[in-house]
Amino acid sequence: MLLVLLSIVILISSASLALCLGRNASRAQDAGAYGAAAASAAGLIPALQVLLTGTAETISFPWPVPLGSFTFTLDPLSAFFLVPLYILTGLSAVYGVDYLKNYAGRKPLGLAWAAFNILTAAMVLVFTAGNAVLFMLGWELMAAASFLLVLFEHEKPQVRRAAFIYLTAGGAGALMLLAAFSLLGAGSAALDFSSFPSPSRGIASAVFLLALCGFGLKAGFIPLHVWLPEAHPAAPSQVSAVMSGIMIKTGIYGLIRVLGFIKPWEEWWGWTLLIIGAVSCLLGALFALAQHELKRVLAYSSIENIGIILLALGLGMAGAACGADALAGLAFGGALLHVLNHALFKGLLFMGAGSVLHGAGTAELEALGGLAKRMPRTAPLFLAGSAAACALPPLNGFAGEFLVYLGAFRSLNSAGSTAIAGVVSGLALASAGALAAAAFTRAGGAAFLGEPRTERAAKAREAGPLMLFSMRALVLLCLLCGLAAPLLLAPLGRAVASGFGLSFSAAAAGAASVPLLYVSAGGLLLLALIALAAARRSAFLGVKMPAAGPTWDCGYAAPSARMQYGASSFSQPLTDFFQPILRKLGQYPVISEYFPGRASFSSEAQAVFFNAVYLPAAVRIRNLAFRFSWLQHGRLQLYIMYIVVTLLGLLLWKL
Amino acid sequence: MHTFAELIIVFVILLDLALAVTGSLSSCIRLVALQGVVAGLLPLLAGSGAPHARAVVFALVIVTLKGAVFPRLLMRARDKSGARRDVEPLISYPASILLCLGAFIASSWLGSRLPLPQAGVAWIVPASLATIFTGFLLITTRSKAITQVLGYLVIENGIYIFGLALFVEQPLMVELAILLDVFVAVFVMGIAIFHISREFDHIDTAELSELNDWRRGEYGK
Repeated sequence: MLLVLLSIVILISSASLALCLGRNASRAQDAGAYGAAAASAAGLIPALQVLLTGTAETISFPWPVPLGSFTFTLDPLSAFFLVPLYILTGLSAVYGVDYLKNYAGRKPLGLAWAAFNILTAAMVLVFTAGNAVLFMLGWELMAAASFLLVLFEHEKPQVRRAAFIYLTAGGAGALMLLAAFSLLGAGSAALDFSSFPSPSRGIASAVFLLALCGFGLKAGFIPLHVWLPEAHPAAPSQVSAVMSGIMIKTGIYGLIRVLGFIKPWEEWWGWTLLIIGAVSCLLGALFALAQHELKRVLAYSSIENIGIILLALGLGMAGAACGADALAGLAFGGALLHVLNHALFKGLLFMGAGSVLHGAGTAELEALGGLAKRMPRTAPLFLAGSAAACALPPLNGFAGEFLVYLGAFRSLNSAGSTAIAGVVSGLALASAGALAAAAFTRAGGAAFLGEPRTERAAKAREAGPLMLFSMRALVLLCLLCGLAAPLLLAPLGRAVASGFGLSFSAAAAGAASVPLLYVSAGGLLLLALIALAAARRSAFLGVKMPAAGPTWDCGYAAPSARMQYGASSFSQPLTDFFQPILRKLGQYPVISEYFPGRASFSSEAQAVFFNAVYLPAAVRIRNLAFRFSWLQHGRLQLYIMYIVVTLLGLLLWKL
Repeated sequence: MHTFAELIIVFVILLDLALAVTGSLSSCIRLVALQGVVAGLLPLLAGSGAPHARAVVFALVIVTLKGAVFPRLLMRARDKSGARRDVEPLISYPASILLCLGAFIASSWLGSRLPLPQAGVAWIVPASLATIFTGFLLITTRSKAITQVLGYLVIENGIYIFGLALFVEQPLMVELAILLDVFVAVFVMGIAIFHISREFDHIDTAELSELNDWRRGEYGK
């Protein structure tokens, strides 16, 4: 526990150091990156220790703030979120040293590193806070630091717009959380998590809905996701990795914590989560398929994965409400495992996208192509990340979803609504998985395969050594988590026990251990086959050099790079099918003659929810606000009179 | 002894009424200074027996500040600003005095309703409330920035007397803190008024509202 506090201290002091050294870009980089890496090393030790032993620790200091106290709790649930946090922030910091080198002199790197380390410290605070006031402090600090990082390239208007949307969403979420915690803590002397009284049924439902919306605005599931595809691509890539990999998980963490305070659960809560989760994972994958920018594809894929986690939580709650403990335990375990796995592979993918951006100067899919030859080290790493994101064995994305599938299949035996929940989640998971596979095939194929579509892509250069190191480390972890899933079961069980209840972990451990063994055995077999094939190939080739020839060019007389399948053309059949949902803008020519003339094609993915729901609502609110603009006339005397009248009113009211 | 204190209270109320109808800026400053001096002397007279040495020192500090330092600063600001020499009220003087009288009646009623310990000096609570209201009146119905400083000073006098009504000596610490705030405020505003008048050739707050950043015409399209 003390080491976790030490990591916070390291992060804050290295943040201030980076800020002080801001003049000298390379020194500021060193201060920030070394600080983040040291803090990760310090923090990982106690987090792993708690996961391995299962004992929770609490440290408490008094704090003069009303209702507040410096109470830090490190239980297995916190530790389970802290592990990916420390891994990802440490590796992202290493990655960032190379990635940000290009910006030296043009951007205040000291400030960027300070914000990055403060963001990390704030997330540690959120995951370990045992008091609602402390939690909100960390929460707001996290929002502020990440806001600064989103604004990194503030000279672009769309970045400023993204940052503004992000700030608004964060503020709205915090407001709802304040309401939820006030309801929870009503009547208790301090807002310590351990001292929350058990709420009545009506209050519990209100808290659930408030927490769902408040934490949902951070987690970014549909329909509260509008800020996510704007803000995540806008930040520097290593920050996108942290934001998408772990920061949105603070929403999941908070939701799980609050669910722990409002037991017993109602069945409709589970169904709410299940349906939101199913919609998020389906639409997230579908929208990912329609995006034209690599980082936006990844951002929508994050929405999909948050949807999977939420779906698993919902399935578990619906099962728990009906007394199906084994099913609930499997689903909860799957949700938590997917939190870890998604952090690893999404971090990897964002770093890969960052390498593309760094190397080619753009991440627009229609401008890339042929990068596998120009960035031969990055390409397989991105491929591995994509495979994990598509939940393909032997990588780690499969293990978490497999547990949820197991839970869903298991529910088929039970009666009534639980069986329906199982069917819904199984169907949603399978369809989302297929769509995600299409989306990643499209994104990876358009960026890395074929011939370069533009000059910039042709001149792309390989990522720096530190960037490659971070990505390789993450690939290794992805592979390890996929193959060693049975070993993860014990710590996972402890986290489930501390987050949801002891009965679930025991039931789930029994149900999951054998199938997971099959999974890792299958994964090992697959790897062995690949190794065998490679060995056979090299044995067959011996010292012979295979000749390289041109790709078959479909019989065109003068093929050019523009004739390749592009990202839009690859996904067109699917996106046309889903046009009622996607509402893509653009037009393409219908060819009716034998010798068609010039034609143009355009396609633009729309932010459907933002344009259809949020923008009209915002316009309406603003128009309403303007009706009261006569109140804001600029006359100081009358402003003071407002204050006097209010104070007098309060005095008379209380008399 | 208390009769003398009650006389002072009556004097404070009369000063409030006078402030409501005085048009000359310099008389206003003098009236506020006089009220501050009178209020500063009040604790020496309100207690029974000889006052503590600490209270005497404190009263001296207050009298010096409110009777000499503040008026001088404000007079200087008035001279430097080169503005018109009257207070430029937004409402007529009869309306001002009616509002002031209404405030006095309201504060008498309020004084009887407030759950306060019995004060030693009669009328001290209504008088203090009426002084606070008069301060607000000066702030809200006079257009010059300098009269707003005067209004704050009057409010401060009122708060001071109100504190005396509850305890005779404890509020001195609180008062000291408030006094410090007001001192800084007067200082800053004196400087600010000087600079504003130099930049804009006037210190009329109605004109200063041109500076506000949010106008429907520009932003609300």
